[in-house]
Amino acid sequence: MKISLTVNGEACEVDVSNNTLLVDILRTHLGLTGTHVGCDTSQCGACTVHVDGRAIKACTVIAPQADGMNVTTIEGIGTPDDLHPMQEAFRECHALQCGFCTPGMIMQAIDLVENNDNLDNRSIREGLEGNLCRCTGYHNIVRAIQSVADGG
Amino acid sequence: MSEAEVQSDTGIGAPVRRREDVRFITGAGNYTDDINQPGQLYGVFCRSPHARARINAIDTSEALAVEGVVGVLTGADMVADGLGDLPCGWLVKSKDGSDMNSSPHPPMAATVANYVGEPYALVVAESTYAARQAAELVMPDFDELNAVVDLGEAPHSEQIYEGIEQNLAYEWALGDEDATRMAFARAAHVTSIDLTNNRLIPNAMEPRACLGAYDAASGEYTLYTTSQNPHLERLVLSAFVQVAPEHKLRIIAPDVGGGFGSKIFIYAEETAVIWAAGKVKRPIKWVADRSESFLSDAHGRDHITHAELALDDNGRFTGLKVRTTANLGAYLSTFGSSVPTYLYGTLLAGQYKTPNIYVEVQGVYTNTAPVDAYRGAGRPEATYVVERIVEQAARELGKDPADLRRMNMIQPEDFPYETPVALVYDTGNYEASLDRALELIDYDGFEARQARAAEDKKRRGIGFACYIEACGLAPSKLAIELGAGVGLYESGEIRINPTGSVSVFTGSHSHGQGHETTFAQVVSDKLGIPYEDIEIIHGDTGRMEFALGTYGSRSLAVGGSALVEAAGKIIEKGKKIAAHMMEADAENVDFDNGQFVLQDSNQALSIQEVAFASYVPADYPEDLEPGLTAKTFYDPKNFTYPAGTHIAEVEVDIETGVTTLVNFVAVDDFGHIVNPLIVHGQVHGGVAQGVGQAMLEHGIYDEYGQLQTGSMMDYCLPRADDLPDFDIDTTVTPCTHNPLGVKGCGEAGAIGSPAAVINAITHALGNKDISMPATPEKVWRAIQGE
Repeated sequence: MKISLTVNGEACEVDVSNNTLLVDILRTHLGLTGTHVGCDTSQCGACTVHVDGRAIKACTVIAPQADGMNVTTIEGIGTPDDLHPMQEAFRECHALQCGFCTPGMIMQAIDLVENNDNLDNRSIREGLEGNLCRCTGYHNIVRAIQSVADGG
Repeated sequence: MSEAEVQSDTGIGAPVRRREDVRFITGAGNYTDDINQPGQLYGVFCRSPHARARINAIDTSEALAVEGVVGVLTGADMVADGLGDLPCGWLVKSKDGSDMNSSPHPPMAATVANYVGEPYALVVAESTYAARQAAELVMPDFDELNAVVDLGEAPHSEQIYEGIEQNLAYEWALGDEDATRMAFARAAHVTSIDLTNNRLIPNAMEPRACLGAYDAASGEYTLYTTSQNPHLERLVLSAFVQVAPEHKLRIIAPDVGGGFGSKIFIYAEETAVIWAAGKVKRPIKWVADRSESFLSDAHGRDHITHAELALDDNGRFTGLKVRTTANLGAYLSTFGSSVPTYLYGTLLAGQYKTPNIYVEVQGVYTNTAPVDAYRGAGRPEATYVVERIVEQAARELGKDPADLRRMNMIQPEDFPYETPVALVYDTGNYEASLDRALELIDYDGFEARQARAAEDKKRRGIGFACYIEACGLAPSKLAIELGAGVGLYESGEIRINPTGSVSVFTGSHSHGQGHETTFAQVVSDKLGIPYEDIEIIHGDTGRMEFALGTYGSRSLAVGGSALVEAAGKIIEKGKKIAAHMMEADAENVDFDNGQFVLQDSNQALSIQEVAFASYVPADYPEDLEPGLTAKTFYDPKNFTYPAGTHIAEVEVDIETGVTTLVNFVAVDDFGHIVNPLIVHGQVHGGVAQGVGQAMLEHGIYDEYGQLQTGSMMDYCLPRADDLPDFDIDTTVTPCTHNPLGVKGCGEAGAIGSPAAVINAITHALGNKDISMPATPEKVWRAIQGE
């Protein structure tokens, strides 16, 4: 089937089988390999992207659902010369090691900060429940998100 | 080195923000699955659904008929092509002197499958979809055989392999049995304990993957793969499996999304893929889905142990006896034999002056996934034994657990200290770490916190672990004498380019550890060249010297030391060139922060000027080669011995059994620290994995050998809300035998924390025993007295 969607502000059209997952559309058909696949049960959150400004796991969306969606991926939020504040905070706080969970983690973190007031350590940790990291023990991820929530 | 002593904002000791982060936070990382080649095919493996089954025949006709399928290759095809077995890299001898019993380990099962998930065929197709569809249509004719699953029963169960009686790979022993027996005969008190060390499944966030290609014109094979040690991969694939000669095989480990040991080993999948790529003459990509990772990544731990500690009237440890049954799984994985022996028994002295120690280990085959090194590899198991039994002894004797440990600790003046289990600790100050940890946890305030918790129907407990580890396995000669199949040095090369920028090649692979930053700090510091001008290159057998790679927290202590030595060679040659240019003798030239300075003069040349002269050698010493590069193979003189104290504080909800880790302190001595930001991150991650082992994670097989915890929905990895913030600090006694004075920090967190957490939980439960993982159900049952 042919579907149209907007990805990182650009209109895209792809021809895929109707059981194709959004994460495969992004990675394989659009070459946006920043979004990762870490599991096969929608548990790890490595494929988290934004759809209409809210974080979703791109492995939970199939092609017919993706038709017409407005998707933002990790490649769409900042560049090395103009990082998003959450990207900057992750680097500043050493909130990543191997980097594999990081794109999904950052997309989830942006959603958390943009849609919640008064985030504290507990609510940040609960907000990350759907994103697994095996390297950092979350300590510095929580610190990075708190620093953005606190305004810098 | 404290931060106050740091000389520059990018040199040794500085918390430099990682340079690799920019690509990772912008989605520009380059992991194996991000790489594609024109015309590539996709591989999907057929895996045994049985824990043990004879393969009579495999009918591939229906699978081959699926549109897009290029081939179905079986284990029997690999045998027919003359490919060799996957070897185990460490020959362990039994206590009677006999060699270990190695089972045959074909890359893909050819005649018998020995665990659920073992691959027996590879389907290659134009798309993953076609390959999956065809894999469903591969029809094996299996005769199911009785599986041996239960570790404790395995030596008394049906024999899995012909010629391997009692399913024993070896019965290994270390220490003086008679002296230890005498110590127990004279003991004033004996504490006994029975422990299990739960099977863990590593779960690096990036699943294993590979992309193999064959170039018919040159006869060269190239394999991109998720490896911690690409040269080892090349060595095994050429010398043992014999896919291709070493000089026709290039292994590239690009960005790798975590390893924790699980990506050290040479697995069936990349072996079959690179071989198959040569057969079909097109590139083939395989990416594990997470279910495959659970089934086929080497697992960790899985011990049953009985231990006894003898103490005299004063509470001094006089003897330790340990008997362990270790699960090796169905096959000896690459280093599987060494983990419960040389990396375990040798660590049983811990931080203590126990004079007599004897350990026996039975290495046992079962019809489960192979077990090999996972973060800590033997050392967490040893620490768990020592620190559980010491805590138990303190409780039995009514002594403060910190005091009992303190009175038995090896003291700073005792170093170098030779343990009764074959190691010589070079340096340490164990009380310093203990004291700082007690301060951070506010030990004096514990009783008040415990009383407050009781008001909320919570039981609060505190538990200790004073661990030792041995990093940077060494030296090569000793390791090889003990059965290692490879040396344990590391290679490093520094090339000062004509324009003064620097290309550094290291054999240590980085898959999260931050070598590109840390190693650049080291080279910048040693050569006085700006950090920004230094590039660290790793992970490609086509670009660097033979190397051993990353495991056992060895990268900085061994790989970093290689670079320091290479820098020394650069400086020595640079002095000769500079002396010629300044018309002086080399012995009158000093090197200081990037400048070759002529003594007693105002003459100096920068290293960049000298480098340029070396490549444009007009005004140049006659007897000197052009160029300014240096290579080193650094072979350490000894292990390094990081040590520290971890203290956990938990609250147990009496009504539900839910246990909350409320406070965790880690004070570690890693020697000098190059980048404290990275070191702290390593501790956080290690502690999280150790807490996971203690409270959440357990790889469980049912009686038929089916993995019950085969997905992230069933295997409980720590999530953000399972963990508290960690309170960490470091103390410093520099390593005495490497040029950086560093010890290694990658595994400490996972080594100390399980014992600390379980000691805290058993403390909260009034010394009722609990096995890992301490799930709410187990804790609740313990409270109920079951």
